[in-house]
Amino acid sequence: MATYLDFEKPIAELEARVAELRDTAAAGSLNIDAEVDKLEAKAEKLLRDTYGKLTPWQKTQVARHPERPHFKDYIAALINDFVPLAGDRAFADDQAIIGGLGTLSGRKVMVIGHEKGDDTASRIKHNFGMAKPEGYRKAIRLMQLADRFGIPVVTLVDTPGAFPGVQAEERGQAEAIARSTEECLALSVPIVAVIVGEGGSGGAIALAAANRVLMLEHSVYAVISPEGCASILWRTAEKAADAAEAMRVTADHLKELGVIDRIVAEPVGGAHRQREAAIATLGAAIGEELDRYAGMTGAQIRSERRQKFLSIA
Amino acid sequence: MSWLNRVRQSIPFLPKRETPDNLWHKCRECGTMVFTKEYQENLSVCPKCDHHGRIGPRARFEQIFDPGYSTLPQPQVREDPLKFRDSKKYTDRIKAARQSTGEQDALINASGTIEGERAVIGVQDFAFMGGSMGMGVGAAFVTGARAAIEARCPYIIFTAAGGARMQEGILSLMQMPKTTVAIAELKEAGLPYIVVLTDPTTGGVTASYAMLGDVQISEPGALIGFAGQRVIESTIREKLPEGFQRAEYLLDHGMVDMVVHRKDLRERLAKLVAYLTPQKAAA
Repeated sequence: MATYLDFEKPIAELEARVAELRDTAAAGSLNIDAEVDKLEAKAEKLLRDTYGKLTPWQKTQVARHPERPHFKDYIAALINDFVPLAGDRAFADDQAIIGGLGTLSGRKVMVIGHEKGDDTASRIKHNFGMAKPEGYRKAIRLMQLADRFGIPVVTLVDTPGAFPGVQAEERGQAEAIARSTEECLALSVPIVAVIVGEGGSGGAIALAAANRVLMLEHSVYAVISPEGCASILWRTAEKAADAAEAMRVTADHLKELGVIDRIVAEPVGGAHRQREAAIATLGAAIGEELDRYAGMTGAQIRSERRQKFLSIA
Repeated sequence: MSWLNRVRQSIPFLPKRETPDNLWHKCRECGTMVFTKEYQENLSVCPKCDHHGRIGPRARFEQIFDPGYSTLPQPQVREDPLKFRDSKKYTDRIKAARQSTGEQDALINASGTIEGERAVIGVQDFAFMGGSMGMGVGAAFVTGARAAIEARCPYIIFTAAGGARMQEGILSLMQMPKTTVAIAELKEAGLPYIVVLTDPTTGGVTASYAMLGDVQISEPGALIGFAGQRVIESTIREKLPEGFQRAEYLLDHGMVDMVVHRKDLRERLAKLVAYLTPQKAAA
């Protein structure tokens, strides 16, 4: 059973009605196909219209949609011969950040990304995509490995933020994030980052200081969650919608600000409605971005990345 | 103003009272009242409990540099590109911060010598919107690092910030990689980058340039961390351990090299700079 967001209620009702009528039509001899088609077209138009003008807060909800494709789904569909690599060699293997070697339509890549999990058990296992220092340190290790062997890095960002906990602080959460960002910027191989869901603050930038930063159409990317911003500046988390609006968290705004390089369109009604199509579109986009760097030297690739972040102002 | 003062002020031939409102300083930690002058002479450290008070860039430069240092010009940045407004307009908040601090933004650089050793120092000003890191701070950091490269000397940063400046949205987050690039340039030029963590240093500032020093120093008792204490408490639903996220806790956990009392800071920095400044190549 599909999950509908609050603002999708009218769409849900229409779609349920269409399904019901189709059942009736299939069972009886009544010919109501024309009626159903009309209703279906109406539902589709409503979906298109709704998703064509989502507010920043609605986009935040879509970005967090439980059925939205996650890291594991992208790996399964896009990466051949994936070889996962685990552990930071110092403390633990953090399941909130996963990574490994693989092949993306013929290109060798190191893929690293956040995994949120998709049911209670896996969400706990992956800590809802909130990484700890060992997660960022694993990412650093994998980036260094990729760099040594000239393998481009692809990161898929989908996190509410780095984990706020006592042990995470004790083991140097801030330092781990800072070093991971530093490593992204030091690579002599290209790094392409995609915000596929939530790009939450420092936990996101640690994997997103990339040559090319892509965003799925309905993903969000921000310095703090709208709830967090609202509770600090408005003194209540209930103003999250206002905060989302004020912070400019959506792909179109961020493209305008020059913070991201490319928006990858999602199927009508969001990536969760047509997962395969959404994943395939992203795969093609990543491939194109990686191909831009064929023929560039390591020094050029690194310098391009650094200039880009120096000039964002 | 009390009615008495009002009357007093309006009588033209009475001498104006010279007593400032802040004749006394009350220690935030132990509550001891100290003469402001005496407190400042003690480097804004409580003479009773050693609590290190927050100080701004000007006081810091005076304490660390030899006489004759000069402040660097502030880089110009775009102002309020998001047209941000919460309960107040962001532009009004900046205006108020500029008026109360007399500074352009929350990070000021100066160039000079410390016991004869050349250095560029950047000091973050907590009094300016909580020291928050926005485009102004990021640009000033790059300016400071590049001035150090130009002068072939170390860049020393005194951090103090609640974190990123939310009113600049994603652009404040982008200061994390931006400042990190400046640090990479400094390191590749063979020059040291020294961080002095002061109270408080949290959020995106800690998770970028505040934790990337070749040497990490902290002032005693400074609050240093990534996540805010209230956020952590609400996540784990329990009380935080004693001394959590304080300088001494970070020292225990291997996150800083040393905790240095303010009175010893100048000497310690001079020594480090002398050790780490690259040897002049034999001509």
